[in-house]
Amino acid sequence: MTQSNGFKVIGTRPVRHDGVDKVTGRALYGADVRLNGQLYGAMLRSPHAHARIVAIDTSEAAAVPGVKAIVTGADLPHVGDQIADIGEGAVNLRHLSANILAGRKALYFGHAIAAVAATSLTAAQQAVNKIKVTWEELPPVLNLRDAMAAGAAPLHPDVFTDELGEKSTTPSNIAEHLRHEKGDIAAGFAEAEVVVEREFVTGTVHQGYIEPHSATVQWNADGQLTVYCSTQGAFGVRREMSEILGVPISHVKVVPTEIGGGFGGKLNVYLEPVCALLSRKAGGRPVKMTMSRADVLAATGPTSASIVRVKLGARRDGTLTAAQAWMAFEAGAFPGSPVGSAAGVILAPYDIPNVVIDGFDVLCNKPKANAYRAPGGTNAAYAAESMIDELARALKMGPIEIRLKNAAREGTRRADGPVFPRIGFVETLEALLHHPHFQSRLERATGSRRRGRGIAAGFWFNWGGTSSASAQVNPDGTVALSEGSTDIGGTRTSIAMQLAESIGIPVNLVKPQVVDTDSVGYNDATGGSRTTFATGMVAYELGQKLREELIAHAARQFEVEAAAVRFEDGAFRTDGKPPLSYFDVCGALRDTGGEIVASVSMRTKGEGPAFGAHLVDVEVDIETGKVKILRYTAAQDVGRAIYPPFVEGQIQGGVAQGVGWALNEEYLYDKAGHMLNAGFLDYRMPTALDLPMIEALIVEVPNPRHPYGVRGVGEVPIVPPAGAVANAIFDALGVRMTELPMSPARNIAALAAAGVAA
Amino acid sequence: MSTLAVTTTLNGETVTFLCEPHETLLTALRDRLMLTGTKEGCSNGNCGACNVILDGTLVNSCLVLAAEVDGHQITTIEGIAGPNGLHPLQTSFLENAALQCGICTPGFIVASKALLDKNPQPTEREVRHWLAGNLCRCTGYDKIVRAVLEAASAGATKE
Repeated sequence: MTQSNGFKVIGTRPVRHDGVDKVTGRALYGADVRLNGQLYGAMLRSPHAHARIVAIDTSEAAAVPGVKAIVTGADLPHVGDQIADIGEGAVNLRHLSANILAGRKALYFGHAIAAVAATSLTAAQQAVNKIKVTWEELPPVLNLRDAMAAGAAPLHPDVFTDELGEKSTTPSNIAEHLRHEKGDIAAGFAEAEVVVEREFVTGTVHQGYIEPHSATVQWNADGQLTVYCSTQGAFGVRREMSEILGVPISHVKVVPTEIGGGFGGKLNVYLEPVCALLSRKAGGRPVKMTMSRADVLAATGPTSASIVRVKLGARRDGTLTAAQAWMAFEAGAFPGSPVGSAAGVILAPYDIPNVVIDGFDVLCNKPKANAYRAPGGTNAAYAAESMIDELARALKMGPIEIRLKNAAREGTRRADGPVFPRIGFVETLEALLHHPHFQSRLERATGSRRRGRGIAAGFWFNWGGTSSASAQVNPDGTVALSEGSTDIGGTRTSIAMQLAESIGIPVNLVKPQVVDTDSVGYNDATGGSRTTFATGMVAYELGQKLREELIAHAARQFEVEAAAVRFEDGAFRTDGKPPLSYFDVCGALRDTGGEIVASVSMRTKGEGPAFGAHLVDVEVDIETGKVKILRYTAAQDVGRAIYPPFVEGQIQGGVAQGVGWALNEEYLYDKAGHMLNAGFLDYRMPTALDLPMIEALIVEVPNPRHPYGVRGVGEVPIVPPAGAVANAIFDALGVRMTELPMSPARNIAALAAAGVAA
Repeated sequence: MSTLAVTTTLNGETVTFLCEPHETLLTALRDRLMLTGTKEGCSNGNCGACNVILDGTLVNSCLVLAAEVDGHQITTIEGIAGPNGLHPLQTSFLENAALQCGICTPGFIVASKALLDKNPQPTEREVRHWLAGNLCRCTGYDKIVRAVLEAASAGATKE
């Protein structure tokens, strides 16, 4: 039956294809892999934030019964400088290699130093404890201000500032300074009648996926490497393994397991090359290694702490005339923070004629920063949206009014260059404006509890990239779909739905599976909100091919030209003959020309930029500083919602992560650089008790460059929450919170500084 | 250290397994009994991914020693569905799209069953309070809470 959106499958709510396996415990994730004869790996990690490795003595460890192999950084082949783009950002393979196992220096607390494979995990851990490292401790650099200070000791002797495209000649912790410019910034501020400016600071946070990293690798005597792991991109793992280990890409097969969350943190390899080296040393026995939660927090993920300054100028009528942003992001131990995407995001929602954006990528003795859902977007929007709020208040304008007045539209040029195609920011703001939540009055609480309402917007580029898939029609009419996109939140189903729509069959006839790297064409990683967009585009093309072939088969059964056959409502029809059912045609393929198999690979173009606008009501207890989220509504232009409950789920999940970032989450270090809260008790992510229901308001301004109008969903919703919550706290207290997280202690301090007494 | 033999009732069947004295129930379930539906998220009782029901009480299996379950009854995620198909909670999780990556799902379903066994008609607040020991990073909890409330209103009481 065709629905109101004009589609038969898109927009419906089928049960996901992998659902039963995931509610019964049958689905196999990274740590659920078990190979015959496997060994267990354990890792020695640095107890120091910055220290030279003078010597490593593994003799006592090797004597532990059951130990089969020990590796250190010296076992990794030398990798030269090579930049690889593996999804949500480029990475230098030499730095990636040094992050896998430290070379001459440990660069952060938790840096991998050496690993053991043994017949039991207990033996492997005992052996790790017997590895003796002679350290020469070095002073760590633990924050942006220290790292950027003149005369700061550089982490690396061979990192030179890339200063607006020119390499400097002295080593520095500033790996890069980038700038975007548009118009004449001085003239823009001269034209302004109101100017606001402020600096914001955000802490280091982790993606917080519940599944720790796990890898099982076998390096066979014939040179073939098989990698079982939980990853956002099996082909990226294949490439990194090939480059880091110096083996041909054809020698590496990556078998992706189910993945228990990633959010950008499972794009790069960590354990896989180490397991491979151990396997080779152990005579080709498979080696499995799984991180503890403490390892995950101390040594993977995190996304950057940052300092962001924003200055806005506007005329009295609210028209923005100029904007300037300065931002520094912690890269951690190796270059490559998401400052580049942050610089692209920070002012993108607004049409501003005169803009300068400066970004700095800064090294420090913390784990290498990784992508985290809309990398850099939350840091950037927290500052920018706080300042839009401040400007609106200075001009006595409504928060939606000022955003609508300056909203980017089709044809607006971003400061980083691109001109927007058809976008739906205005529609998103209008949807929020007319929503009952915005139209409602917030009841002001009394006593020590103060209530406030805040709004913030957010933008994400979205991404296309390369996807491939293949499909075959079975005699019973089912279509087996082999894809290479990691299914991290239901994309088997959102892609199967697009294939079903394209062919013209019910979605339950599609049997999607995610296969290994030898069994499907290349796919970029699941990241950048690309999978439902790009792999969906591939599924559409695949469906068209299958449909055309099915029609040709039906035509042969009818004994007419293919052009005389229509496929409608599950039946093939031609004038003057009784219709053939879809199942009759599928059952007769062998007799009407042979089996139907098709493959499609596309380097997709036409990704649809997307915007969200969030509205939140908070209650702040000014005695304890605790902030409670009372009500949350998140509007977002998704282009087209293929599977609306998953779209809502992406929005709700992004909001929850953003709220955690806003209110609680932060890495804590002591002065020596030891991480103090490497566990879920003290790295406090939101629980069910911390959040209300989150209303996702789906706005559909179809992306004209996708066959079904898809833009991509996952990243936008984490961009606005910190700004929205900060603006709500200002509304409640009249205090502008300039540091994340806005934890009880920080809120109490800010209230005291502002003279607000409980 | 000597290896111990432990006999327990697991998902209604009597099983005997060997374990080391320091081994957790989580490790025994996953590595000795090959029941990998019970997940490890933190191994220190903070995430609930390893929830199982021990003699009717919800526990984190990472905080129970395997040797302690001798003579006791354990229900894991593999024992939630009955011979006639999925448990109403499992169906409700699917119909409400209450999972994304799915790694926390077994823990949430086991925890929710323990809740409904004690309190067949919980309020939203009671569901949120009970499930505060289970971390989910994907969903924002909205659809999980709805799934549990819907299963409760459909009468998903003790099997």
